Parts: sequence; structure tokens; C-alpha cells
Amino acid sequence: MNLLFNAFLLFGLGALLAIIPWRGGKAATLFGSGSAILGCLLGLLAAGQGLAAGAAETFFLPLSIPGGAFSLRLDGLSAFFLLPLFVVGLAGALYGGEYMKGGEKSRWSGLHWTWYNLLILSMALVVTAANGMLFLFAWECMSLTSFFLVITEHNLAEAVEAGWTYLLATHLGAAFLFAFFLSASALSGSLEFASFRMLGQLSIPAASGLFLLLLVGFGSKAGVFPFHVWLPDAHPAAPSHVSALMSGVMVKTAIYGLLRLFSFLPAAPPPWWGGLLMAIGIIGALFGIAMAALQRDVKRSLAYSTVENIGIILLALGFWMQCRATGHYLAAALALAGALIHLLNHSLFKSLLFMGAGSLMHGSGSRDLNRMGGLMRRMPVTGVLIVCGGLAISALPPFNGLIGEWFIYRALLESGTVLSGLAGFFPLVLIGLLALVGGMVLIVMTRIIGIALAGEPRSPAAAGAHEAGWPMWSGMAALALLCLAGGLMPVLLLQVAGRAATLLDPAAATLLAGNAMSPWWLGIMALLLFGCILAAYGFLRWRQGRGIVASSRTWGCGFAFPSSRMSYSAESYTELPQSAMFCNCLSPSTEDGRTIGFFPEAKRFSFEAPDPVLERLFKPFFRRAARVCSGFRGLQAGQLHVYLLYIFSATILLLFWVGQR
Amino acid sequence: MDNYNPANLLLLLVILFNFFLLGSSRLGACIRTVAIQGSILSLLPLFLHGFSGHSLFLAGGAFLLKGLAIPFLLLRAIRQVHIKREMEPLIGYVPTLLLGTLATAGAFIFSDRLPLIEAHRGSLFIPVGLATLATGFLMLITRRKAITQALGYLIFENGIFIFGMLLAEAMPLMVEAGVLLDLLVAVFVMGIVMHQINREFSSMNTGKLSSLRE
Repeated sequence: MNLLFNAFLLFGLGALLAIIPWRGGKAATLFGSGSAILGCLLGLLAAGQGLAAGAAETFFLPLSIPGGAFSLRLDGLSAFFLLPLFVVGLAGALYGGEYMKGGEKSRWSGLHWTWYNLLILSMALVVTAANGMLFLFAWECMSLTSFFLVITEHNLAEAVEAGWTYLLATHLGAAFLFAFFLSASALSGSLEFASFRMLGQLSIPAASGLFLLLLVGFGSKAGVFPFHVWLPDAHPAAPSHVSALMSGVMVKTAIYGLLRLFSFLPAAPPPWWGGLLMAIGIIGALFGIAMAALQRDVKRSLAYSTVENIGIILLALGFWMQCRATGHYLAAALALAGALIHLLNHSLFKSLLFMGAGSLMHGSGSRDLNRMGGLMRRMPVTGVLIVCGGLAISALPPFNGLIGEWFIYRALLESGTVLSGLAGFFPLVLIGLLALVGGMVLIVMTRIIGIALAGEPRSPAAAGAHEAGWPMWSGMAALALLCLAGGLMPVLLLQVAGRAATLLDPAAATLLAGNAMSPWWLGIMALLLFGCILAAYGFLRWRQGRGIVASSRTWGCGFAFPSSRMSYSAESYTELPQSAMFCNCLSPSTEDGRTIGFFPEAKRFSFEAPDPVLERLFKPFFRRAARVCSGFRGLQAGQLHVYLLYIFSATILLLFWVGQR
Repeated sequence: MDNYNPANLLLLLVILFNFFLLGSSRLGACIRTVAIQGSILSLLPLFLHGFSGHSLFLAGGAFLLKGLAIPFLLLRAIRQVHIKREMEPLIGYVPTLLLGTLATAGAFIFSDRLPLIEAHRGSLFIPVGLATLATGFLMLITRRKAITQALGYLIFENGIFIFGMLLAEAMPLMVEAGVLLDLLVAVFVMGIVMHQINREFSSMNTGKLSSLRE
């Protein structure tokens, strides 16, 4: 606990020192990123101790706020979520020092470091708070600091608009959390988490109400399917290491909140809770990855991929709940392990990919895939690191993405083979759908790698791209190494996840601790497989080298003067899934550029894939709400007399009300 | 309750002055009426609580401020901006008077229903206080000129003062002094606002302020 407090102190200090130079510059970067790095290192030690120690550490300091107290608790679950926070925070601080240099954005780098330190601090508080008031306070701080980070480049209208969408979404979600904490404290008599155990005796309908409040409240932050609308706008607008922190860690704090508060609800939930989670999980996964395939903005594509991964995590969590409710403890343990491991993995490889995308932006000056191309040759280190991230996110060996998904597949298979009839059919269908998602991830990643890294430069800026500096790629390399380590030593991941599982489901934790399902061989197999592929590649390369080789430009297609405009564009790469697999509601709006006549003529082709949920559900809803509310604008007459009349009538009404009693 | 209590006579006078204020358009007369009303009210603590240091201070302070200082400031203000009458009130004088009558009647009916302590039951203080508050409100709502707005606040304060009388024993001296000081400051502010409105819009009409709406 002391280590954690020292880390908090460092973050606070860094936030203060970075704001003093205001306009940024070397001093702000030094203080801001330095204190973030030191704080994250201390925090990592604290998290490691928390994971290693079996017992929970608590700290209590009464505050004069009604219902509030500075009450912290560091147990397995908290430490499990602190781990990715400090890892990604550290990598981001390394990366950001270089990223914020140069250009318009360096003007706000001092302020940016303040918010960055405060964001890490508030996230650490969120996952260690043991009091409802403190939790909500930290939660709001987290939302606000991340809002300010999203609008770091507030000279761009796009960033400001994304920021507003995010602020609106996150506050609407927070309203549900307030409702939850108010009713929970009314039912249990206190806002201390320790007294929330009384919620375990609630009747099922009352508990279900609380569960739905939790789901909507945390879902809007986590980017759960219908509430994900802020995510694809906010992540691209933020600086890349901030997107990494937000996408890798901040959305996970919502999963933490869901798990932590769910653990206080009755231990035998009705099966539909799990069913609901699974349904929105798989819909979100399919929707997210389909949308990711349509975006030409790299970071937007990655943001949609976060929606997909959160969907997978929710699916596994829902499956865990359902299996536990129906008594299939082995499948439940596997699903829980899968969810937790995938969560940890996703925070590593998604941050790596966001930082990679940021480096590509930094090098080529654009987020548009169609303006990149050929960057592998110009930015080899970044390129290789992005390929590592791509392998990890596609669940390919020898990286860590495989391990989490492997557990989830095993859980589904386990119950699919044990159960009979219709009950056994659903898990098998889910396996199919999950495999479909996996295939689509591969398409999305080969698209990003193929269009951005391979081929020929598609713009002059891409042709003149430069490699990122060492602070940038060292942050990414650390994440990539961790991804590799996770893939090679899956037992380590399982042990870490087991610590968190102890608190959520002790039965599952004992099952996981047993050696029966230890995936130790997975890493070795992965290494062997990867070695074989490398060997085959080397062999082919060697044979090719001996023959006669004619080299030509990529996608030259035998033309005399090939140009990069002839090559596959980001849109054309996904035309197959788009025209053959997606339902109508997802299809992008295109302005067709087909030529029909005999002679070529000038044609335009434009392609846009706005979020269907935002466009068809939320925007019409809010527009209508605004229209209804604007009727009340008449009340604001601007006349002093009318306002006085309001006060007078309110007083009279109150007097009558008092007189009636 | 002793019906011959001189305090009750004074309170009935206060109600009559309320009606006069609602029905009159001459600003000078209104200011003087408010001054007389305030001076009458300043006598109340003496009748109610006897000649103690506390009540003497209250009476003296209220008389100096309500009876002399504030009316003097307001009279000077209307002399400076050369206005004598409130033109075109938002609601006419006769309807305002009717509303005032209704409000006064309502105040008497309502105060019967209030859960009061035995000593205050049947006393005129509560209904007169409520009626004066309502008069102040009506004045604020129906008149346009900044000066009549200030008068509305003064009448409003008089209503509060009548209420405060019942609590004068319990109310610390500092609170009373604070209320009176607030009032003086409010009049100063109003004077400044009046001056500013007059300069910006060449009129004392607070309705012009609506152009400041977003």
C-alpha cells in the first residue's frame, strides 16, 4: 500500500510540475513523463506485491463528505487491473515524450502531461477504491481528464466534436452509476464496499434492476455494443499514447467496475443475466469487427476493433455467469480465465497497435490508410512492431492473443460437448460466430498491414516518411516483448488471472490452479509452429535467391508505368466481406463510380462508413429530444418581471403545500 | 389577544399603505409612503418587546435606514433622472389593487392554518407580514421602472421585518444588523444599476434588459 501511495504522490507531483511551464517545452516533458514513468514503476511493484500476497490490504481514512471516506483496498482483482494500467502508462509516457514534440500539438504538451498523470492517478484510484463516493469521484475524474486529453488538439473541430460526444456518453453512463450507488447505499445502509455484501440477500428482481443499472452505466464507458458510439470518434482524436491508454486500460476499468460490483450481487443469478451479456457480447464483436473492416482511418479501425474485443470479453463473462448458474463449473472456470486473460492481453496488444498507428501518422502525416503505403521500408522498426501487434490481435502464435481466445474456445467446446440437445447447440453456434469474428480480425489486420506498410507509397508524404525516434519505438517494443512473453509462457498469464479469479469465483480459481488444464504446452507448440513457418520462409527465400528474379513494382501488373493509384485501396480490400457478408444496415454509403459506356469518362467514387447506431438511433433520438426541449426555451423570457413571477408562484404553491399538511 | 394593542393599529396602517403603494403611480408619493411605512415598522419592536437595549437598537437602526437614509437616496435618484411617474405598468393599477386585495385575504386565511405556537395564534403579525411580502412581489412583477423595482424590494424587506419581529427575542443582534446592511447595499446597487440602465438605454425601463438575454 505504501508503494501505491508513493506512486500516487508522484503522479500528483508530476501533474503540478508539468503545468508550471504551461506552454510545454523540455521541462514540462521531463517532469510530466518522468514522474509518470517513475510512478508507473512504483505502481508496478505495488501491483506485483498485491498479486503475490494472498490477503487484501486495506486503508481507511474518514472524510467529512457525507457517506464518503478515503477507503482503499488492494486485493487480487485490483492488482490484476493495476498491472496493465501501469504497464501501458509507462509505455505511453515513454512514447508521448517524443510524440508530443513538434508541430501544433507541442504547444499544449505541458497541459497534456498534467492530464496524463491525473488520468493514471484517477484510474488507479478507481480500481482500488473501496467506497462508493470515492469510486464515483475517481470515476468522474477519470472521465474529465480523459475528455481533456481527447481535446488536446482543440484547434481541430473534429477533435472538439469527438470530445463532446464522449463527454455526453460518459456522463449519461455515470448517471446510471449514480443511480446504482444511491440505491445500493439505501439498501445496504452505507457507501462502503464492505457493507455492500448485504446486497447478496436481495430478491432476484431487485438484484436484476441493479445489474441492469451496472450494465448500462459501465457499458457506456466500456464501449459495449449499443453504447459504443463515442469510442470510434474519441480514440482517433486523442494523441496516440492517450488512445492507447484509453482503449487499452480505461475501457477495462469499466469491466473492473462491473466485475467488482457484480461480486456483491446474489451468488446465484438467474441464467438470463449471463445470456444477456453473451448476446450483447457476440453482437458487439460481430458489429465491431465488421465496422473496423470498413474504416479507412487506421485509428478508427482500431477503435472499432476495441468494440469487438470488449464484445468477446463480455461473451466470455456472460458464459461464465451462465455456466456457474447452471452448475458447469469446469466450463465456468475456463470462461472466466479466458475473459481475464483476454482482457489483459487486449490491453497490451491494442496499446501497441494504437502507438504503432500513431507512429505511422507521425511518419506519414495522415491517419488515412489510402495516403500511406510502403512504410515498412521507410519505418522498419515500427513496421515490425505493428506486425507483432497484428499477429497478437489475430490470435496467432507465438503471441499472447491466442491464449485468451484458446480458453474461451475451450470453455465453449467443453459445455458444447457435455450438454445435450439445444443447450449444447448454442455454445457450438457461438464457436462458429467467434471463428467468424477471428477471420474478420485477420482481414482487418492484413488490410492495415498490407495497405499501410506494404506496397508503394500512396502519397508524397508517405514517400518521405521517417522512422520514429527511440523513445517512441522503445515504448512499443516493451509492449511487444510482453505480448511475446505472454504467448510463450501462458502459465504465467493463467496464474495472474487466477489471482483475480479467487475473489470472483473461488471454485473456478481452485479448478484453474490445478494442473489439469494448464496450457504450458501451448507456448512451446506455438514456438515450434512459428519456427516451422520461419524455416519454410527461409527455405523458399533461399531457393528463390538461386533462380532468376525480375523485380518490378508492387501491383505493377505488367503496366509500363505503374502508379500507386492502380493498387488495391483500403476500400477495395474489404469489398468481398462488404458485399457478400454484411447485412444491409452496416453497408457503407458509396457514391458509385462504375463506368457503363464504351468510352472512359471522368468518374468520382466516394465511400463513407458512419456508425449506423449513432446515425440511426442516437442522433435522431437526441435531435427529437432537443426539439421537445426547445419548447421550454420560451420560459426564459429575459424579463425580470417574469422571473419574479416564477419565484412568486413557486413560493405561493409551496405555502399552499405546507398549509395543506 | 388584546385588540386594543397599539401594535395592531400600526399593522393595519401598514396594510393601508400597501394598498396605496399598489394603486399609486406617483413615484415621489410612493417613496414617501414606503418611508412612512418603514418608520411605523421601526416602532413595532418597542411596542412588542419594551424598552430594552436590543429593541432600541433595532428601532433606531430601522428608522434611520428605512425611514431616512434609503428614501433620501431614492428621492435624490428620481430628481437626478427627472422622472415623476410610473408609466404603463405591465398590469394596470386597478387589477393590481384587486390582486393585492386577494393576496391580503389569502394571507389572513393561510395564516390561520399555519401550525403556530400558542403565543402567536391570532396575532396580526403573520398575516400582515405575508400580505406585505405579496405586495412587494406584486410591485416587482408589475412595474417596469428600476426605481419601482427598488421600492418593491423595500416593501418586501418590510414584510420580512414584520416576521422578524416575532423572532426578535431569539434573533441575535448581528443578524438584524446584517439584514439592514444588506438592504442598504441593495439600494446602492440598485442606484448604480439604474444609472447604468439609464445611460445605456436612455430609459429606466428594466424591460430593456431583455436584450441582454442569450
